[in-house]
Amino acid sequence: MPTVDLAATPLRELNAALHRIGPQSNETHWRILNPRGQHAVAVGIDAPIAVEVEGHVGYYCAGMNKQATVVVTGNAGTGVAENMMSGQVHVKGDVSQAAGATGRGGLLVVDGNASARCGISMKGIDIVVKGSVGHLSAFMAQAGSLVVLGDAGDALGDSIYEARLYVRGAVKSLGADCVEKKMTDHHKAKLARLLGAAGVSGVDVGAFRRYGSARRLYHFHIDNVGSY
Amino acid sequence: MDTADRWIHTPPRRSATFDEHAIAEIRRAAATGLYDIRGFGAKRRLPHFDDLLFLGASISRYPLEGYREKCATEVTIGARFAKKPITLKIPVTIAGMSFGSLSAQAKEALGRGASAVGTSTTTGDGGMTAEEREHSSILVYQVLPSRYGMNPDDLRKADAIEIVVGQGAKPGGGGMLLGQKISARVAAMRDLPEGIDQRSACRHPDWTGPDDMEIKIHELREITDWEKPIYVKVGASRPYYDTALAVKAGADAVVLDGMQGGTAATQDVFIEHVGIPTLAAIRPAAQALQDLGQHRKVQLIVSGGIRNGADVAKCLALGADAVSIGTAALIALGDNDPHLEAEYRKLGTTAGAYDDWHEGRDPAGITTQDPALARRLDPVLAGRKLANYLSVLTLETQTIARACGKSHVHNLEPEDLVALTMEAAAMARVPLAGTDWIPGQAGRRS
Repeated sequence: MPTVDLAATPLRELNAALHRIGPQSNETHWRILNPRGQHAVAVGIDAPIAVEVEGHVGYYCAGMNKQATVVVTGNAGTGVAENMMSGQVHVKGDVSQAAGATGRGGLLVVDGNASARCGISMKGIDIVVKGSVGHLSAFMAQAGSLVVLGDAGDALGDSIYEARLYVRGAVKSLGADCVEKKMTDHHKAKLARLLGAAGVSGVDVGAFRRYGSARRLYHFHIDNVGSY
Repeated sequence: MDTADRWIHTPPRRSATFDEHAIAEIRRAAATGLYDIRGFGAKRRLPHFDDLLFLGASISRYPLEGYREKCATEVTIGARFAKKPITLKIPVTIAGMSFGSLSAQAKEALGRGASAVGTSTTTGDGGMTAEEREHSSILVYQVLPSRYGMNPDDLRKADAIEIVVGQGAKPGGGGMLLGQKISARVAAMRDLPEGIDQRSACRHPDWTGPDDMEIKIHELREITDWEKPIYVKVGASRPYYDTALAVKAGADAVVLDGMQGGTAATQDVFIEHVGIPTLAAIRPAAQALQDLGQHRKVQLIVSGGIRNGADVAKCLALGADAVSIGTAALIALGDNDPHLEAEYRKLGTTAGAYDDWHEGRDPAGITTQDPALARRLDPVLAGRKLANYLSVLTLETQTIARACGKSHVHNLEPEDLVALTMEAAAMARVPLAGTDWIPGQAGRRS
């Protein structure tokens, strides 16, 4: 297992090495030590490898990830797994703002809480937050699912498109065009699969409420001007 | 009418304040309850490059021989940090315009035309199409607030990356691609349903200020192994500080778009009333680069109302390294062509004034996703026309540069210019013609 100590190795070398991994590589499991809050750790990977980051990371950890499974044993700064395409990113601590922003695929799991704008402009990513999320989470969320086992802050799902939101706790307020929707068996099954993929067990899917778009703002109309 | 009646009523007099356009807008707003959304850029009269003149060579300046002596035009962008800077053969590039706002044929034509003369094209909101990558020898990939179509594969396929903070038509504004232009392909590229209005955000989703932008640039460099030049594009409003902050954040180039810069769809009130003219933006931006010791190291690319080689030369003389064209490129492809007058009339407009680019009914097949209309544009022929136009821009720029004695177009300088109006003199920081007076400057030019 390659081990990279970021206290001794420049970040640029680490990311370049991760980018060089080819389909036939045997280096499929990496350990990264002493990230010490550095930004852009393990970004742009496009290989089915496992990367364990032992410590706290700064902005954009695992940004634009494809295929890889990145586990952070610590907290993550702004934009963890931003624009992720596929694979999985698992943060065992808390995450800052814009977690999973614009993600187009894959799964982001946060064991702790997520700050504001979690899942902003998400485009297909699935996000499971075991704690709570801050205000304006799922702002302009286009596709994918956001699951929150705790509470959600103000303006959840503001200007949401087709993303699905599942919240078990309290929602402080819903944003423009975001409404509560019926939780059907189909949605319960989908939620159960997401929770399972995130390693969450023993949770009653019936305790969640589902939110999504009322689709009233899909075409500009002057009568909706008060909503904008 | 006898003499007495003649003086009862004065002749009809139209108001300069409530002019024909203002009255029509009030009537239209009252009838519809909607503000006007349109394409194109600012249409009002503004201080512009026409208000500047070059001082050709004279006894104290030595000109270069036209058609004989070399006047170089190449521009290298990205040498500050990128492992693979790009070199353009001419100082004119094609601005970012999306597939979605433009047809696939138009994007292909832009690529063909630009590549033929050795310059770059730029993607736009909505991601990179295979056609534009195939036909653009140098392609700049935009990272926009919406991140529609954003993916790391395209990032790596690009020759340069442009982080779009704003554009001249609407600094501080996002965009809206109306549902009628959202075809199945456009929708799929943007991860949204077909046929609905698509909002392009005004802010980036994962950073909020200049310090964050620095980290974002760092991330993009790490993802692309520090190969690609990274530009930062801003709409002209506070060009000195925006340029300085972009440099501080680690940009290789700054793209500065004045308020005449075009748009696919923006509120008319935004286009005409937010931002500053291109003419007024260049000197402050160049000054910021000079103050930071980065002039000609961090490249300044200026856009917004560039029409001819004189405009190009004036931008370069004021401190730009290159210019970028959008509206002019579309006109070169065939937009607003008089031979389509009958069809423009049916749309309630006329050739030269057509600006409802957001509606997708462009008879020229450029600003549309209607397959039948789009097929009207022959990308090979349109690309050839664009290449011709770009060549003319370059020849005109060289003509002026040689007349000023410059062996490279970058050797043009403010000292080569004078202004026809006090406004232009103040904005461009060059003397009023025939004087040594620069309004707003503490001292006179020696």
